[in-house]
Amino acid sequence: MRFSVTVFPGSNCDHDCEYVLRDVEKQNVEMIWHKDTDLKNPDCIIVPGGFSYGDYLRTGAIARFSPVMKSVADFAAKGGLVIGVCNGFQILCEAGLLPGALIRNKTLKFICQSVYIRVEQTNTPFTNACKPGQVLKIPIAHGEGNYFIDADGLKKLKDNNQIVVRYCDVNGQLTPESNPNGSLESIAGVCNVSRNVFGLMPHPDRSGEAILGSHDGHYIWQSILSAKVGAR
Amino acid sequence: MSSSIMNVEITDKIVKEHGLKPDEYQRICDILGRKPNITELGLYSVMWSEHCGYKHSRALLKTLPTKGDKVLQGPGENAGIMDIGQGWAVAFKVESHNHPSAIEPYQGAATGVGGILRDIFTMGARPVANLNSLRFGPLTDPKVKRLFTGVVHGIADYGNCMGIPTVAGEVVFDESYSENCLVNAMSVGLLKHDQIIRGKATGIGNAVIYIGATTGRDGIHGATFASTEITDESTEKRSAVQVADPFMEKLLMEATLELIHGNLLVGIQDMGAAGLTCSTCEMASRGGAGIEIDVAKVPQREKGMTPYEILLSESQERMLLVAKPGCEQKVHDILAKWDLHAATIGVVTDTGRMIVKENGKVVADVPADSLTEAPMYHPAKSEPAILKKHKEFNEASVPVPTNLSEVLEKLIADPTIASKRWVYRQYDHMVRSNTLIRPGSDAAVIRVKGTQLGLAMTIDGLGSYCALDPYEGAKIVVAEGARNIACSGAESIGMTDCLNFGSPEKPEVFYYLDRVIAGLGDACRAFGIPITGGNVSLYNENPTGAIDPTPVIGMMGLFQNVETRVTQWFKNEGDFIYLLGSIGQSIGGSRYLTVTHGKKTGLCPTLNLEVELKLHQSLKALADQKLLQSAHDCSDGGFAVALAESCFTGMTHEEKSLGAVVTLSGEGRTDGRLFGEAQSRVIVSLKPANAVKVDEILKKFGVPFEKIGTVGGDSLSIGQEVKVAVGRLADLFFTSIEKMMA
Repeated sequence: MRFSVTVFPGSNCDHDCEYVLRDVEKQNVEMIWHKDTDLKNPDCIIVPGGFSYGDYLRTGAIARFSPVMKSVADFAAKGGLVIGVCNGFQILCEAGLLPGALIRNKTLKFICQSVYIRVEQTNTPFTNACKPGQVLKIPIAHGEGNYFIDADGLKKLKDNNQIVVRYCDVNGQLTPESNPNGSLESIAGVCNVSRNVFGLMPHPDRSGEAILGSHDGHYIWQSILSAKVGAR
Repeated sequence: MSSSIMNVEITDKIVKEHGLKPDEYQRICDILGRKPNITELGLYSVMWSEHCGYKHSRALLKTLPTKGDKVLQGPGENAGIMDIGQGWAVAFKVESHNHPSAIEPYQGAATGVGGILRDIFTMGARPVANLNSLRFGPLTDPKVKRLFTGVVHGIADYGNCMGIPTVAGEVVFDESYSENCLVNAMSVGLLKHDQIIRGKATGIGNAVIYIGATTGRDGIHGATFASTEITDESTEKRSAVQVADPFMEKLLMEATLELIHGNLLVGIQDMGAAGLTCSTCEMASRGGAGIEIDVAKVPQREKGMTPYEILLSESQERMLLVAKPGCEQKVHDILAKWDLHAATIGVVTDTGRMIVKENGKVVADVPADSLTEAPMYHPAKSEPAILKKHKEFNEASVPVPTNLSEVLEKLIADPTIASKRWVYRQYDHMVRSNTLIRPGSDAAVIRVKGTQLGLAMTIDGLGSYCALDPYEGAKIVVAEGARNIACSGAESIGMTDCLNFGSPEKPEVFYYLDRVIAGLGDACRAFGIPITGGNVSLYNENPTGAIDPTPVIGMMGLFQNVETRVTQWFKNEGDFIYLLGSIGQSIGGSRYLTVTHGKKTGLCPTLNLEVELKLHQSLKALADQKLLQSAHDCSDGGFAVALAESCFTGMTHEEKSLGAVVTLSGEGRTDGRLFGEAQSRVIVSLKPANAVKVDEILKKFGVPFEKIGTVGGDSLSIGQEVKVAVGRLADLFFTSIEKMMA
C-alpha cells in the first residue's frame, strides 16, 4: 500500500510515521514537502505531528495554507484516506476537513504520557481491525489537545457516529481522571461524515512496536491496510 | 553607538567595564603593537572571559583524561564524538545556562537547550535526546516556584518544538542554590563516521557564509555577563539574556544537516556565546587560517547597529559556515528551500588575522589565534576551614528517630527525592520513537534504528558531597553516573562534564575546583572513561556566598544488544531481592541528615574505585545474560529509599506497585543502615531459578552480596523497623511535587 506523509516546516513526527509504515508495516512511503502539490499517487495520506510553523498564531492555522493542503483536500473530496495525528489532527480541523477544534489542555501544560483510548466506532477505514469498545494503550504528547465543538456540532457528531475514539481508563471506563486534557466528552479522535478522514491526538506512530511499550498503534495501521484490501 | 563612540578613547574605566584586568589590557596592547579600538576591546573582552577562554580553569582541565580507543573527537570542538560501532558514532555535550536562567528563567533555559542542540548538529549529528540537570533553592519558596516553573517550561517548549525527546534529568532543591539556580543542558546526537564535520576554516578564498536568524541587539556581552557574579545590578543586564525561537532552530537544524550530509561544507560552527566573534576567530584559528568579514553584509534585525554590536550580539539560531569551492550556490539554494537567511559575509584568507570591515573600511584587525588563546591563570587556593569542621561532626549527637516508617515517608516525599513526573510529563520524551526506557529509571535508553545498538544515558550532579569533601564527592559523582549506566545493563564509554562553582578568584573556591577536578580525573582513569568535552560555569555566587561546588556529569553508555536493558522496578511477586555491596551505618552528608535533622554536614561517604568498578562489571555481565529483573542503585535516601523506588512498577501512582519483605542486616545505628548513603550498593531482583547463576557471577567478580528478601505483598517491610503500604509510598512519591506546585 502507498502512503504519503506531508512534511511542513516544523513537522517532527514525519520520521516516526515513515519508520513505522516503511520499516515495521513494510509499506511504500513517500515524503511530500509542503510546497509540493503532487501527492505521488497515494492510497492514504498521513498528516504527521509536530509544530508546523512553530505553532505560531494557532496550532495548525498556518499549515492549512500550505500548497500541499489544497491537494490533500482534493484527495479527501474524492474519497481518499487521510489520517491526521496530533498536530496533523489540528491541521485537518483548521482546514475544515474535520469538525471541531483543539484548544489548550485544561492543565495549561504540555502532557506527554501513555493513555488509554476506547474504540467507539469500528465502522471506519481506520478502526475496522478493532473490536467495538476495545481499549488501546497509545501515548499522547501535546499542549493543545482539548477537543471542543459547539452543541450543534456535537449532536451531528453523535448522529453520524463520528466520535471514533475516547480517552478512558485501563478498563475502558470514561472517568474525569482518564481524560488527560479536558476534551469534551473525552473525545480523542473523530472522523468526517464520509468516514475517509480521521484525526486523533494519540500517536499510533509511537506505539506500533512492543519494544516501545505498546503495540496497539498497529491496530490503526492494520485497519488502514485491510480497508484498502477491501476496496480492491 | 555612533561613529564618535567608535573613536572613543579607551580609558581604565572602559577596560574595567569590559571585565578586563589592567595586565590583560596591556597584553592586548602588546599583541597589537598599539592600543585596541573599542571594537577590538570588545572582541578580547568576550573571548577572554571565563566562559569562552577558561582562563582560570584551563590549567586544571588539561589534567583530565580525554583519550580512548572510541574517541573520534575530544575536547576543543563544539561537542565530543565517540565511536559506537557499525559505522555509527554518538556526539554529546553538557553546557550551563545558569546566569541567564536566574534572570529570565523561561528564555534562559530555552536558549540553553537551543545552544547545546546547535553544538550537536554543528558536528553533523542529528540530535536524538536531551537531558538536563536543574538546581534550585527550597521549593517552599515562592520565588523558587516561579524559577522552577519557568525553567521547565522553557526547556519543554524548546525541545518539544524541535522534536527532540527529553529523556532524563535530575532536579535538586537546596538552600545553596537559592539566589543562583543551576540549569545544565545536555544533548546527544547520532551520526555516521563519514558525516563528522568540524568548526574549521580552510581553503584560501572559500566563501564564509552566515545562515539563520537575523542579528539583533539581544545578548550583547552574554559571555562576559556569565563570567561575573550575580548582583542587584545584573538584573539590569537583562538585555544580556537572549530570546529563543525553536521553530527557527528546527529549520536551521534541518538545513544544516542537509548541507553537511550533502558534502557542501569545509567547516561550520554555531554562534553561541560571543556570537559572530567566537565563531569567526575559532574557525580561523582551528584551520590555521585567517578570516575577513564585512559586518555590513550580516542580516540585521534593526537599523543602525555598530560593528561592535553586530560582533558581540548573541542573537540565537545562527551559524557560520565555510562552503567548499563551487558549492556556494547550492548552499544558498538549500537555505532558500527552508526559507532561511543566508549571506556571504567574507572569505578565508592566509593571513592568520581576523579582519572585520564595515562597508569595506577596516574596523578591527587582530591575530585570530590571540583571541582563542586567553591568558592562563593559576589562581591561589586555600583549604576552607569549614571542611575540617564537617569531618569533626559527631554523629552520636544526632538522635535515632523512634518511628522510622515515618522517616521513610518524609524522605520519599522530599522534592529532591520524589518523582519528577511533574517535570518530565511536560517534556515530549517519546518523539522520534526511539525511547525504550523513559524518564524515571536509573538511566534512559534509546535505540539506534536499523541496528541492535542502544544508548544509555544519565546526568548526575553532587553539590552536597563536594561541599563536605570535594575530592570524594567528585569521585562519587562519576561513580554514580557509571553505576546508573551499569544498572541499565550498558557499558559506560564516555563522559561530559559541567563544573558549576563560585568565583575562582577566591582561594577557597579555587581549592574546591582543584580537588573536584582531581577527583573526576582519578575516577575516570580508574573506570577507563574518557571525558570528551564540557563546560565550566564559574562565578555562581549570591549575596550570601558561593553555591555548593557542583560538578555535573553526563554519562554515555553503550549496548551491543539493546534487548539486554534493565529497569529499576520490581517485576514479579516471588522474585529474590539482593543487595550488592555492603550495608553501611554512617549518616554523614546524607539527604536524611538534611531532611530529618536539618543538618548539612558530617563525613562525606567514601568510595573505593576498584570495588566500584567490579560492581559495574558484574552488573553488565548479569544483564548480558538476562539474569536480572531489576537493578537500582542506592543514592539519595540510601537503602530504604532505593527499595521503595524499586516497588513503584508503573509510571504513575495509579498503576499497581509491588511490595517487598526484606531483612535489615549490618550493625550500628539503625537510621544509618536504612538511610545512610554508603557507596557501591545496588538493589537487584531476580527470578529464583537464576539465583545459582547470579551467585556464581557475583562471586567471580568478588562483589559482596546478600539475599535480603523477596518481592510481594502490599507493603514494604524492612526488618522490624519499617513497614509502610506501597500504595501510600507511591502516592507520596508521585504527587509530592505536584501538590507543592498546585
